[in-house]
Amino acid sequence: MLDGRARITRPWSPRLVLSGSWLTLLVAAALLAPWIAPKDPLAQDLFLGRMPPFWATGAEPGYYLGTDSLGRDVLSRILFGARLALTVALIAGSLTCIIGATLGLMAGFLRGRVDVLISRMIDIWMAFPPVLFSILLIAVLGPGLISIIIAIVVIDWTRFARVIRAEAMAQGAMDYVASATVAGRTRLSTMLTEILPNVLPTIVVLLTLEMGISVIVEAILSFVNLSISTDDPTWGGMIAEGRTSVYQAWWVLVFPLVTLFLTVLSFSQLGEGLKDRYDPVLR
Amino acid sequence: MSDLYQIENLRLSLADMTRKPLLGAAPRLEILKGLNFTIPKGEILGIVGGSGSGKSTLGRALVRLLEPAGGAIRFDGIDITHLTEAGLRPLRRRFQMIFQDPMSSLNPRHRIGQIIAAPLSLHGLDNTRALALEALDHVGLPRAFASRFPHELSGGQRQRAGIARAIALKPDFILADEIVSGLDVSSQAHVLNLLEQLVKDLGLTLAFISHDLSVIRRLCTRVIVLHHGVIVENAATADVFASPQAACTRELLDAIPLPDPDQVWV
Amino acid sequence: MSFLSIRNLSASLKGRPDRILRAVSLEVAAGEVRGLVGESGAGKSMIGKAVLGTLPQSVVITGGQIILDGTDLLTLPPAVRRTRIGQLCALIPQDPLTALNPSRRIGPQITNRLVDILRWSRRDAQTRARDLLAEVQISDPDRVMRSYPHELSGGMRQRILIASAFAAEPKLIVADEPTTALDVTVQKQILKLIADMQARHGTAILFVTHDLGVVSKVCQSLSVLYAGLVLEDTSIRDFFAGPRHAYSRALLAATPKYTDPDGSLTPVPESVIAATRAEVAAADDAMSDRGRNV
Repeated sequence: MLDGRARITRPWSPRLVLSGSWLTLLVAAALLAPWIAPKDPLAQDLFLGRMPPFWATGAEPGYYLGTDSLGRDVLSRILFGARLALTVALIAGSLTCIIGATLGLMAGFLRGRVDVLISRMIDIWMAFPPVLFSILLIAVLGPGLISIIIAIVVIDWTRFARVIRAEAMAQGAMDYVASATVAGRTRLSTMLTEILPNVLPTIVVLLTLEMGISVIVEAILSFVNLSISTDDPTWGGMIAEGRTSVYQAWWVLVFPLVTLFLTVLSFSQLGEGLKDRYDPVLR
Repeated sequence: MSDLYQIENLRLSLADMTRKPLLGAAPRLEILKGLNFTIPKGEILGIVGGSGSGKSTLGRALVRLLEPAGGAIRFDGIDITHLTEAGLRPLRRRFQMIFQDPMSSLNPRHRIGQIIAAPLSLHGLDNTRALALEALDHVGLPRAFASRFPHELSGGQRQRAGIARAIALKPDFILADEIVSGLDVSSQAHVLNLLEQLVKDLGLTLAFISHDLSVIRRLCTRVIVLHHGVIVENAATADVFASPQAACTRELLDAIPLPDPDQVWV
Repeated sequence: MSFLSIRNLSASLKGRPDRILRAVSLEVAAGEVRGLVGESGAGKSMIGKAVLGTLPQSVVITGGQIILDGTDLLTLPPAVRRTRIGQLCALIPQDPLTALNPSRRIGPQITNRLVDILRWSRRDAQTRARDLLAEVQISDPDRVMRSYPHELSGGMRQRILIASAFAAEPKLIVADEPTTALDVTVQKQILKLIADMQARHGTAILFVTHDLGVVSKVCQSLSVLYAGLVLEDTSIRDFFAGPRHAYSRALLAATPKYTDPDGSLTPVPESVIAATRAEVAAADDAMSDRGRNV
């Protein structure tokens, strides 16, 4: 009756467009910050402290989102803060993904002793309270970009591993894996050619989620002053500073907070949006 | 006529995961309890039984997806009973399998052309694309389907894609595991006629697992009936239907609802 | 007066012109077992779902009436419709594996519907459940009620679903391919069970299947569907004596009969398919004309 089912072309979903746009904007801003930032993010001018954003009365021209209590331009600091946030997101997120997904895939598909070893590792690892663990790590490694990345990877790889292991196990029971064996494929080849494409949508969603988490973790760490040791602006640091003057200069807290929120939201929506658009299997 | 398969005292057990203790291995459940039979070249063998009879397990043993616990399986004279994967690999192109559920036996994220061509490149053949398209022709699917995904085909078409994958390697033997069980009569008829044609055209030996004896009658030259892991009947098709020896064969025959309101069916 | 009267029921995919059901009309008397046969995708399941109000989100009813015990369900507000259906109808689903909740015991799964929706007392519901399990020939109802689905075999699960369907004494049961997932010996037991229960409780059944053999054993009448169009609607005797429609004849020819030594399996011939498709197209034109003239 049917000549198969017609290929349905999927339109660009709003969530993919919006999240993609925000993140592209952010990446561009981060890359071009030295050229497009209106002011030097570190330059202090105590005479221009706590100037409101451009639309309010008493605003100082050129400082579009206002200044903080030391007279530093909020907009420029946000742009430069994006560099750190995105660096952490991309590096920590990717490393966590690669390590966690690989171990999860191996445990779920190869089973046997490999699975027992990796599963025990995950169980023991997850027994540590994450926040305490990260603070401990930073204390041992000393503050800095590398430390933050290591801390995130070391703690969060288990998230990937657990989920991907479960998916790989489910996929491993499917007949197309048996079919690959009958055709003569090796275990490793089957894992990469047959299983991986089917767990990839989950990996993508988890990866973007992890990027969002990395941004938050960095913000938390810089909020408690455990992040990078230099004076470079960080969103978390700005939020910490803005907290103290929130009644006199709300913009110092609100703008980095909103940027942080939009960035994390965009990351999570990006993953889902990509899956909806590109995964050949319609759900 | 020489035998393609020789099965001697085949025993196979699987781990009973429902009774697995906390530490240690699960107890083994014996599924196949000493089977003896041969499959001559060119035969279409029906393997029949109710659920729990072990027919699927036997099928998987024949293509060495499972390793027997005891006995011997000889394929074209070669003892494949305990060969390792490495040892089996060069032989694998000679025995292939078609699965029951094409939804789970076709990788949903691979295109049909890729699915059919994969075994070909695994065995080092060139012009895999041409051979894959040739296989599609053989099963009566349009070549355009090579770029589609499995969910873009109907159930009967997916089943035919599974058949194309099995014949692409031009194997000596194919195991068909309940391949028409989920299909409506028209698709079923298409698939069975196709299979018959392919056996003739490609000189295949076929083992056809089913619980439905009406389908077996049509297709198979010889029938083996399994009951709780033991062969209870092994005879030519006509004989099995004319005078079934075993009680469970009788039971299977009687259970079939014929499209006839006057059938005595109690 | 028929208990169920479907008149000119049409449905299509939301936002697309593809028609799923084409002015389907059929009548089921109280206590009658009506078969709905056709290939996969013919729309037979959809009719059952339309009656039970469980059509998928993507399908929308574009016209017609579903008159159940005198009231057109489609004119009722959704909440009232659901209650009505819940009181009068039940479903025997195809897959015993997915139809039962794997994390709940069997007992609550049967009694919950009676207690929550039909307001029975818990004691009455449990007695009823126990009686029904015995009726479907489960030898230890108490043990089964305490079990989880995965502890039971496929055949037993299907029996439980049948018991569940008859629990509230429905007037109409939709059996959606109830034996397609079962092997042939279990199928026989289940079909006989359904036939016995039906005879004892006097329930009307809408029996969806693609297997003509099954239909000849359980049903009193049948409707043959193709692409959402009813091609033939007749009694079992008349159908198997000699179907009128060419497509029905082709379906019968395609059904393997083990008693036939030379049984050739002829799939439905292209000519018949073409003719039937033409009939469907003609029906579509007639429907569009009627739509325009209204």
